[in-house]
Amino acid sequence: MSAHERGNGSGITLILGATSSIGKSLARRLAAEGRGLIVAGRDEPELRAIADDLKIRYQVPVRVLRYDATDFESHPAFFATCAAGEDGPLTGVVFCQGAMFDQAEAERDFALSRQMIDVNYTSAVSLLSLAAAHLARRGTGYLCALSSVAGDRGRQSNFLYGATKSALTTYLQGLRNRLARQGVAVITVKPGFVDTAMTWGLLKPGSPLVASPDQVARAIERAIRQQKDHVYAPWFWRWIMAIIKSIPEPIFKRMRL
Amino acid sequence: MRAVNQVLNGWGNYTPCQSRVFRPERIRELFELMRNGDQEPSWIGRGLGRSYGDSALNPQGGTVLFERLDRLIDFDPQTGMVTCEAGVTFEALIRIFLQRGWFLSVTPGTKYITVGGAITSDIHGKNHHVDGTVSQFVESFDLLTGTGEVLTCSRSENTDAFWATVGGMGLTGLILRGRFRLLPVESAYLHVDFQRARNLDEAFALFQEGDQAYRYSVAWVDCLASGASLGRSVLMRGNHAAVAELPPRWRQSPSTVPLRRQHSVPFNFPDFALNPLCVKLFNALYYARNRDQQKIVDLDAFFYPLDALRHWNRMYGKRGFIQYQALFPPKSSRSGMIALLEAISRSRMASFLAVLKVTGAAGDGLLSFPKPGHTLALDLPNTGSRLRALIQRLDQIVLDHDGRLYLAKDATMSREAFSRMYERLDEFRRVKARLDPANRFVSAQARRLGIVEEG
Repeated sequence: MSAHERGNGSGITLILGATSSIGKSLARRLAAEGRGLIVAGRDEPELRAIADDLKIRYQVPVRVLRYDATDFESHPAFFATCAAGEDGPLTGVVFCQGAMFDQAEAERDFALSRQMIDVNYTSAVSLLSLAAAHLARRGTGYLCALSSVAGDRGRQSNFLYGATKSALTTYLQGLRNRLARQGVAVITVKPGFVDTAMTWGLLKPGSPLVASPDQVARAIERAIRQQKDHVYAPWFWRWIMAIIKSIPEPIFKRMRL
Repeated sequence: MRAVNQVLNGWGNYTPCQSRVFRPERIRELFELMRNGDQEPSWIGRGLGRSYGDSALNPQGGTVLFERLDRLIDFDPQTGMVTCEAGVTFEALIRIFLQRGWFLSVTPGTKYITVGGAITSDIHGKNHHVDGTVSQFVESFDLLTGTGEVLTCSRSENTDAFWATVGGMGLTGLILRGRFRLLPVESAYLHVDFQRARNLDEAFALFQEGDQAYRYSVAWVDCLASGASLGRSVLMRGNHAAVAELPPRWRQSPSTVPLRRQHSVPFNFPDFALNPLCVKLFNALYYARNRDQQKIVDLDAFFYPLDALRHWNRMYGKRGFIQYQALFPPKSSRSGMIALLEAISRSRMASFLAVLKVTGAAGDGLLSFPKPGHTLALDLPNTGSRLRALIQRLDQIVLDHDGRLYLAKDATMSREAFSRMYERLDEFRRVKARLDPANRFVSAQARRLGIVEEG
């Protein structure tokens, strides 16, 4: 008996940004729980490699769909394709796509700022609004999106990235409020430092503050299973950010963080 | 791609090296990294860093981590043939396939190694006397060579690249993916015969009598015993158990290894922790505790006892240790083994139990380690000049008895010793010169041993 037949295989989860480090780890965690998946992203050969791996490892159905995060016009058709699968109803959507550029470079080059805004926020509104409508119609399911601790407070070192995540967090908050009575859970995940392709060479490997993508994926999977509203991943970032948020602005603005 | 500057080491923590480390997450990124030739003067691939010495270190160039290139590509449930990326670990293969009735055809004493590392070290296990090395079960692999080509290598295609890469310590290029056969097993258990041997001759005699009846055979030797007890050991030999042979309580889920608590060594032990007295006591107790008996043992306990203790290498402290693995051909193995054990026993250099095994037929890997005879592996803590002096004596004994040392363990051998031990070195160099004419793939070990002569 495959994990899919054994587990909560009734619904399919769509992973947007499935080629990201966290997206890949999360796909494994969800498939291990027996969920069927749609892995969606831009790099089609890579998506196929991910899907083959998941099918062999966990014996769950996995579909590959290519989409372009910033081609907003294409989103309704893309989402309709996602929702029309034969493996089972689409009951979950996880938003893992993200772009992060160096703050100083993005300050010099608006195109980079623009890309972060488009990929991290505008695209989320476009895709998650479609997903929200779909799930609300079904009256069940969940939406989960990766925000970031960087969105909790604007800091000189990465506020162009942080602001996009802050916007995403607020959007999810409102969406949660709207969908609460329609049986749809909205889960905000705020990872701290994660050892991903995005951060390779920027963080000190082996530091206790740096989590592996799998650690974060486990936290996300748990949050989805328990239908949490928002979680930090790993958990201790909740306390770190509580301290950072509590510093009065007149002091904070002079700090180097 | 950005590099991380990091101190890397072999598992023996003996040769720390400041390294520039790269970690592609997609095969395409790996290609881009290699195509951008100016980025680093040379490269070495690195799996989980379980080779003991300096074979996966390259302080003068770049080190490519394979840990995120870990996708399964194909699996045939009829034949047990797996195709996967080089960074897939043995631990993952067991986790995924054991419950479907498949186990590794060959495994070393740890499951924390990668497929790429297994092939480039041409690893062997407790079944070498009947099954040979891992390459016996490798159908093919894709190799990214120094000229930027991807060669599919097998016994019928790019044959010389196949046999140079098998056991070639990553010096012919980077293995991208491998295709190999798993072993069908009925359960996650083995029935094992434990047998004590009072000395080396008794151990040799027991091996000779019974080994063909067992797929797996190994002995733990007390290297501190001397005189009439020199080489006293406990033989552990077994076969995979059928479901019907299991006690009823395990028959429910015969393919599941019982969960054990993972323990971890949290920090490097101070130097005095492993003093000779402690080790002597431990070894004596170990010998006394093991009576001749038959037992049903699970895979983890039989193959991977040390994996239950994460970071066990830290027991040897910050200065690290050497794992010394020598092999003697049949004609000189008794005298070689005695000379080796006497030298070790006399040195009073603390070493936990050593592992003794009969090896079977040699493979065709140009730098593969195993050939017929006996092999002994043991840990020697780094005591500085005392260790270096001992190793010099041991190396001389190995050379005098036509023996050789295992490259996946080696951290100290001289070039002269190496070229005498590996008679096919020149053949290897010729194939490497063709696959990698500019010597783009180099390790600290390759430089030390003169496998690669840089201009």
